[in-house]
Amino acid sequence: MKSSRRSPRKPLTRRSLLCRLGLTAAAGTGAASVLGVNPALAELTAEHTGHEAGMAAAGEGGAPAAAMGAMHAGGHSGATFRSGEGVDPAVNGFDPSELLRDFDWGRTSRMADGRTLREWDLNAIEKEIEVAPGVRYPAWTYNGRIPGPTLRCNEGDRLRIHFGNGSMHPHTVHFHGIHPASMDGVPGIGAGLIPPGGRTTYEFDAEPFGLHLFHCHVSPLAEHIARGMYGTLIIDPARGRREADEMVMVMAGYNTTLDGEGNQLYFVNGIPFHYMYEPIKVRQDELVRIYLTNLLEYDLLNSFHLHANFFDYYPTGTRLEPGEFTDTISQVQGQRGILEVKFPFKGKYMFHAHQSEFAELGWMGFFEVV
Amino acid sequence: MDRLNRVPLWALALLVVGAIALVLAGIATLGTDALPERTGPPIEDIQVERTEFTPGEIDLTVRNAGPDPVAVSQVTVNNGFANFTGPEGEIGRLETGHLNIRYPWIEDSPYLIGLLTSTGLVVEHQIDAAVETPEADGDFFATMALIGLYVGVIPVTLGMLALPVLRRGGRRWTAALIAFTVGLLGFLAVDGTLEALELSAAGSGVFGGDSLVILCALLAFLALSGIDSWLKGRRSRSEASGASAWQLALMVAIGIGLHNFGEGLAIGSAYSVGELALGTFLIIGFAVHNTTEGLAIVAPLSEEEPRIPRLLGLGLIAGGPAVAGALIGGSVTSDEVAAGLIGIGVGAIAQVIVQLVPSMKDGAGRILNPVTSVGIAAGALALYLTGLLVTA
Repeated sequence: MKSSRRSPRKPLTRRSLLCRLGLTAAAGTGAASVLGVNPALAELTAEHTGHEAGMAAAGEGGAPAAAMGAMHAGGHSGATFRSGEGVDPAVNGFDPSELLRDFDWGRTSRMADGRTLREWDLNAIEKEIEVAPGVRYPAWTYNGRIPGPTLRCNEGDRLRIHFGNGSMHPHTVHFHGIHPASMDGVPGIGAGLIPPGGRTTYEFDAEPFGLHLFHCHVSPLAEHIARGMYGTLIIDPARGRREADEMVMVMAGYNTTLDGEGNQLYFVNGIPFHYMYEPIKVRQDELVRIYLTNLLEYDLLNSFHLHANFFDYYPTGTRLEPGEFTDTISQVQGQRGILEVKFPFKGKYMFHAHQSEFAELGWMGFFEVV
Repeated sequence: MDRLNRVPLWALALLVVGAIALVLAGIATLGTDALPERTGPPIEDIQVERTEFTPGEIDLTVRNAGPDPVAVSQVTVNNGFANFTGPEGEIGRLETGHLNIRYPWIEDSPYLIGLLTSTGLVVEHQIDAAVETPEADGDFFATMALIGLYVGVIPVTLGMLALPVLRRGGRRWTAALIAFTVGLLGFLAVDGTLEALELSAAGSGVFGGDSLVILCALLAFLALSGIDSWLKGRRSRSEASGASAWQLALMVAIGIGLHNFGEGLAIGSAYSVGELALGTFLIIGFAVHNTTEGLAIVAPLSEEEPRIPRLLGLGLIAGGPAVAGALIGGSVTSDEVAAGLIGIGVGAIAQVIVQLVPSMKDGAGRILNPVTSVGIAAGALALYLTGLLVTA
C-alpha cells in the first residue's frame, strides 16, 4: 500500500527520544545481573520470538477460523479484511460472483448485407462504491459497475455502442480493436470529448477476433481509468471456441487516497478478496475458459497465478493455438489473454497475483472444484 | 447609580454572565443557519498514541486528533490486510479507540501499520522494531523502581557527601558553588525545553502542542513562586530572619526532582517499548550525571549544620521522582502529556534559578563577577560533559 493523502507528521518514535537522551547505545548483557537487576529483566531483553508466539495465537483462534474458512483467522492464515468479512454485494448493486459469467451479447438485428448488428448502451455514471467493508470510494463507472459490462460478439459483426455521459466530467469510450480514427474515442478526433449530458455512438466492425478491452481516454488518463472506467470486449472467432465454462476477470486496483501514487486495494472484478469469501464454483474435469485482462493503474505489472494446476494461455486470444502452458502469467496494463484449464481434482484452489503484496491487499481468490 | 450600588456584587456578576450567555446562545442558534458549513472533504487525523506487542497480536491506542469523526474500517500491516477488532463506528474528536490486530509479528522487525478510514484515507504508523511489551506486573514495577533508585536517589544523595568539603571551603566558596548550581540548572532548563518541544512536535498537537509545554512551565513557575513566598511569609513571622539556606536547598531539590521525573519518564517508556539498553555503563553514566545534581542541592547549605535526616529528605525529593517517572513512563500513552510533564520540570528549574541568583551577589552587589561566571560555566560544562558519558 502506498502513501497517504496527506503526508503524516514525522512519526515520533521512542527511539528518537532515546537517541537524544543517549540511552540506546550503552549495552551490556551481563550488566543487569551485576547491578542486581531482576532476572526477569534480563529475560525480557534477551532474544525471544514473536513468531512462535504468533503461531500459538493462531492456534487459539483455530475454532472460529475453521468456521469461517482457513484464511479468516488472520495472522499466519493469510491476509483478510476485518473479522474475515467481505463487501456485501447488495450495497453496490453488482456482485462479482454474477458478473463473472455475465456476457452481454447486445440487442441484435440483421443488416441489409446480412451481417449481424449488435447494439449496446454504455452510460458513464458516478457512483460511490464500497470497495472494502466500511470504505467508500467515489468511483466513475460504465453502467454503475466495476468492471463495466462484458460486451460479446462474433468476428465480423457490426457493433454500435450508444454512449451517454451521466457524469459531471467529460468522458469517452476508447475500444481496442481495428477501426477508423473517428471511432477511436479520444479527445479531438471524431466525436472527441463527450461532455456531461452529452451522447455519441461509436460504430465499427468486430475485428480482429480475440479478447479486447475498452476504457475512457480522457486526461488525466490514469485517473479516468483508475476510477473504474473500463470493461471487456470479446470477439469470438468465426469458427467458435470449444464448449467451456467461461468467465471474465478484470484485474485492477483502487487508489482510495486519490493521490495518484499507488493503490491501496487490488482485485479481480471490482471487489477485493471477493472470491476468497465466495469461491468460484467449477466442475471437475470440465474445461474452464477465463478471459483475463489487466487494467491496473499506477503499478507497472500485474500477474495471475493458479495453484495446483497448469493452463493453456492464449495471449490476446487472437490465435487459436496456445502460446504457453504454464501456471503463472504477467500482464502490463492493457495486456490480456485467454486461459483454458481443467481441474482434475476436487477441492479449493487459490488464484492470485504473484506479486504477493497485491495478493495480500485484496487480489486473491479461490476456485472450488465440485 | 446609588441604587445600582445597593445591588449585591454577586447578583451583578450573575447578570453579566447571563447576558453574555444569552447573546452567545442567540448567535449559536441563528448564526449556524446564516453561516456556511465548512467546504471540502472531512479532515481525518488519527494519531497512534501507544503500541503494544503481545504474541501474535499488535494493540494500538489511537486518538482522533482532527476536527471530524473518523472510522477506521480496515488495517494493513506491512502492506497486507490484517484481521482486527476495534471500534465499530466512528471515533469522535479527541476520543480514543483501541485496535487489536491479529498478526504474526517477528521480534526486532520493523512494521508499517496502515489505518484505512471509511473515506479511503490511509494513516500510517511506523514501528522501528517490534519488541514484546513487558507486562505491567510486580516484576516490572520492581525493575522500574530499581532503575529509578540507581539513576535518581542514590547519585543525588552521593553528591551531598560533598557537603563537609564545602563547609571547609568556607564563605568565599559559597557564591562560586551557587553559581555552579545556576549553571547546571540553566543547562537542564534549556535541555528540557528542547526535549519537551521535540516531543510535542512529534505528538498530535491536539492538546495544544508547544503552547501546552509553555503553559506547564509557566504554571510550575508560578506555583513554586507562590509556595516559596508563602513559606517566607510564615517564617518571617516566627524567625524574622533572611532567606533560609534550607529553604533554598529545598527549592533546588524540588526543581531537580521535577527534572529527574522527566528523565525517569523517558527511561520507563523506552524500557516498555524495548528500546532501553540496560548496562553498567548507562547506569554509571546517569549516576555521575546526577551526582552533580546532589552537589547543587547542598551548595546553599555550606554554612549550615548538616542534619542527616533533612539531607536524606532532600535526596529523596530530588531523586525519588525518577522512580515515579520510570513507573509512569511505561504507561503514559501520549507524547504530548509527556512533553507537558517535562515542561513542568522546566518551569520549576527556572523558578529555582530566580531564587538562587540573589545569593551570588558579591560585596559590590555584582551578580556576574569573575568567580560566579566561572562557576556558572563550570556547572553547565559539568552537566554537558557527564551527559556525554551517557551518550558514549
